[in-house]
Amino acid sequence: MLREQTLMSRAGNCIRAGMAIAAVVFLLALPSGPTHAQEGGAEVKGSLTYKDASGEKIAVEGVVFTANDESGSQAGTATSGTDGSWLIQLPPGTYSVELDVSTLPDGVVLKNPDKNPAEVRLVEGNSKSSLFPLVMGSAAPAASEDSGATASESSGDVVETTATVNESSTSGNIRVIQLLVDGLKLGLIIAMCAIGLSLIYGTTGLTNFAHGEAVTFGAVLGYLLNVTGVFGFRIPLIFATVVIVVVCGAFGGAFNKVVWARMRRRGSSLVAALVVSIGFSILFRYVILYFFGGRAKRFRDYQIQEQWDLGWFRLAPKDLALMVVSLVVLIGVASGLQFTRMGKAMRAVSDNRDLAESSGIDVERVIALVWIFGSALAGLGGVLFGVTEAISWEMGFRVLLLMFAGVTLGGLGTAYGALFGSIIVGVFIQLSTLVIPPDMKNVGALLMLVVILLVRPQGLLGRSERIG
Amino acid sequence: MDLVAILENTARGLFGEQFIYFALAAIGLNMHYGYTGLLNFGQAVFMAAGAYGLSMAVVTLGLNFWIGLVLGIVVFPLILALIMGVPTLRLRADYLAIVTIASSEMFRIIARSPSLDRWTGSSDGLTAFANDFYDMSPFQAGERYFFGLFIGNQMWVVLVGWILLAIVVTLVWAMMRSPWGRVLRAIREDEDAARSLGKNAYWFKMQALMLGGMFGALGGMLRAIGTQSSQPQNFITDVTFFAWVALILGGVAKIGGPVLGAAILYGVLSFTDIVLRQMVESGIIPNSIMDGTQVGQVRFMLIGIGLVSLAILRPQGVLGTKEEMALDDH
Repeated sequence: MLREQTLMSRAGNCIRAGMAIAAVVFLLALPSGPTHAQEGGAEVKGSLTYKDASGEKIAVEGVVFTANDESGSQAGTATSGTDGSWLIQLPPGTYSVELDVSTLPDGVVLKNPDKNPAEVRLVEGNSKSSLFPLVMGSAAPAASEDSGATASESSGDVVETTATVNESSTSGNIRVIQLLVDGLKLGLIIAMCAIGLSLIYGTTGLTNFAHGEAVTFGAVLGYLLNVTGVFGFRIPLIFATVVIVVVCGAFGGAFNKVVWARMRRRGSSLVAALVVSIGFSILFRYVILYFFGGRAKRFRDYQIQEQWDLGWFRLAPKDLALMVVSLVVLIGVASGLQFTRMGKAMRAVSDNRDLAESSGIDVERVIALVWIFGSALAGLGGVLFGVTEAISWEMGFRVLLLMFAGVTLGGLGTAYGALFGSIIVGVFIQLSTLVIPPDMKNVGALLMLVVILLVRPQGLLGRSERIG
Repeated sequence: MDLVAILENTARGLFGEQFIYFALAAIGLNMHYGYTGLLNFGQAVFMAAGAYGLSMAVVTLGLNFWIGLVLGIVVFPLILALIMGVPTLRLRADYLAIVTIASSEMFRIIARSPSLDRWTGSSDGLTAFANDFYDMSPFQAGERYFFGLFIGNQMWVVLVGWILLAIVVTLVWAMMRSPWGRVLRAIREDEDAARSLGKNAYWFKMQALMLGGMFGALGGMLRAIGTQSSQPQNFITDVTFFAWVALILGGVAKIGGPVLGAAILYGVLSFTDIVLRQMVESGIIPNSIMDGTQVGQVRFMLIGIGLVSLAILRPQGVLGTKEEMALDDH
């Protein structure tokens, strides 16, 4: 009876996942909207490339440019596309255009770090150039870990990138609202990745440091299917996503069965499990680096889209799509947890494992499903991250720390806490750029983590209990 | 294949600079985890505190080398231990783990940020702050010493490192025999029991965190001196786990454990590194399978594999006993 019921609820979950995927298909298929070209504006744009050791010109993707006006507030931002091109629309005036060095791929650095940010004067009908010369240098961390010497002595060709100024459009966007929207987008994706982390912690007590690699794996798999192609055939990202979700889920299930179920059976201590998860995290991360390379890459689909100007803020269609997708998935997961039998079982095991077991819940089965679901969601989160930002070998690890912040804020082990906390963290990260330089925005979230532990260690939704 | 080079490189790994840096860091971790049960996954930040304490004092602030030493070994690690410890030491062990690993990421972001370039030198880091140290060297810069393994300046770093290592090991041995050391072990075994005997567990844990952090800072500072540069790249999160592998490999809660572990670890890593490099250079391994950059990545994979297999197969390491303390006492 119970078994059938849980199987049925599993089918229900599948249907929900299917609906979510259908939503992806629908939303990503939306045509891109028209741009609001208005008179009296200008734009800064450029093309970011460098020459590699063999002299081949390589475009640098995924690098973030920020333009600040004279009062120091952010006036616009852009990310370089696959061909290295970037564009920021601005009203005339003087701006400091900054290249976010932390978004440069490993192995490439600015030739003149002191000339970043660059001053740009935008005058109507005038055209100006500003240079961001790039050099090959400070090789990937993997290679340079050993001695400082290898990192500092390598150098390569200098190639320039030009910023030309063109007359174009102006914007009346309100920065705070723009940041709120960006933050909501970031928070929703973090939440999607974090649910698995929180549920695995809740059901098994394991703080799974390898969860970030599920995110990277999803994105890298997307790159493999969408850009590299399988048997010469490049799969559109929407269909690739379905494959990724399934593969990541299967991988998570297998990971649990091969490693974690055995460790639980042996009665291993949680500290040992923690260390094992870190070991796997490092191993997976560097295996991915080995095959994927240290440079940040992007998908073929949905790279450059014109942003809709919605008055108070701008939004690319793909961003709207992925916000809706994550919202639909998250609502699906939440209602699955609330109403289905398996969802209730998951919460029961999280709450009190022994009590759940003695009331007839097959705890190991619940845990296995948590691993499958959590990993599948993390993989999906990885694809969404890849669409909105870039794919890199250590993206998952970066996100993992944001997940920790979100999960701790919401309450470690509580499913809804992870949702709630992650969204707050996402918004907080974006809003913090009002005060601190954008390249340090993640520090704010991590500091928040420390403060929460001081003030309310059980998190916002966690129950107050003595923990230590 | 150059057998002499392989032997020399392996020997340098067994007792050279890298061994010293990470033996010191692992002794610090042993203080944290082995004797007190604290899960510090941010030892790299303590190492960075030592490196940046010295280099920022000398380069950024223009202070004396000796003031830099005090800043790097005492002041910076103490502040760091307070930041990490105050919010977490009253909580369950994994909160400290999360906060320490988050501190690593914070360090990386802050140290690489171009907006703080004039303080930290951002990604390029700071250089040329250890001239006072090398001026004291009794060795000739151009000569080779110790069976030709180390050149002059290297030899000076290694010699100072060995002496420091001997001092620190003796210090830890003495401390662990003292009543203070017994309280730490009591807290590790049963914090509530220690507390019920009137011991301030929180404060003892804080002291252990500070002290172990200082040992880590010493290792990090030596590393900065040895390479003549403080670079964020040398203190990334993953660096912490080199020290962890050294600790678990040698044996947790054993005086000689971290030292032996670091020697074995760097012996193995240096050996694999040079063998792979030679095979790649001589074309035994074609470039399509592995190139020079990828050789460097293999050592991180080995660290990952090392952590997993040690924790599962031999949690007590070479010297440790399961009765005393092991990663896993199932």
